[in-house]
Amino acid sequence: MSGAVIPTCADIRLIGEGLDPGRELERFIAGLGDANVGAVVSFTGLCRGDGGRIAALELEHYPAMAERELRRVAQRACRRWSLLGIAVVHRYGLILPGETIVFVAAASVRRAEAFLAAEFLMDHLKTDAPFWKRERLPDGQPGGWVAAGDDDRTRRARWDDAPES
Amino acid sequence: MSRVTLVYFAWVRERIGKRFEQRDLPADVRTVGELMDWLKGQGAGYAAAFADDSVIQAALDYVHAPKDASLENVREVAFFPPVSGG
Repeated sequence: MSGAVIPTCADIRLIGEGLDPGRELERFIAGLGDANVGAVVSFTGLCRGDGGRIAALELEHYPAMAERELRRVAQRACRRWSLLGIAVVHRYGLILPGETIVFVAAASVRRAEAFLAAEFLMDHLKTDAPFWKRERLPDGQPGGWVAAGDDDRTRRARWDDAPES
Repeated sequence: MSRVTLVYFAWVRERIGKRFEQRDLPADVRTVGELMDWLKGQGAGYAAAFADDSVIQAALDYVHAPKDASLENVREVAFFPPVSGG
């Protein structure tokens, strides 16, 4: 495995408004600057409206820890696969249905590694990154805290079977 | 006694009614689990927050930590429910 090198283009950002996945993807590809890039896989996570039940999501986070945690997950991905770039951009604050909560991208020479890395990043982000969602209802009142997904831990645990060189 | 900053998030924060506080810990509070047990006795909000302490997660100086992790030389302890970002 040649995965010891952490791409200098690992781009980790937390932003309070306006995450545009199209612009992020363009920016990511433009910033790669490596002629060997043959594959870019990206994931965009959106705020669901649940058929009008939810007016918005309020995303609380632990600023001092969140960026470190995202960077740690990116470094684990870099140790595991030969990647030429990683981007993780996560929103916090008030997010309306249809708006982007998270954007993740991975670049590699061939597609297999970029696909795996993008999924690895999301599966680890879901269980490790200190963010908490709370629903806001159509009448403006706060709703419940969103529970962690039952299958999130299962999905993350799948990665533990394979060693990280 | 050692002084630590405690920070709380999501419904743990709501039940305790504080975002953060500084505390001097008794000498026999040496691990994350012992700190949770000690906090349960600090008032109704704390008792409610840590009632089901099997679901509460902790971080020591911004790194996830298990219940048996030592608090030695730790400056900031965070308590929170399972994360739900992404």
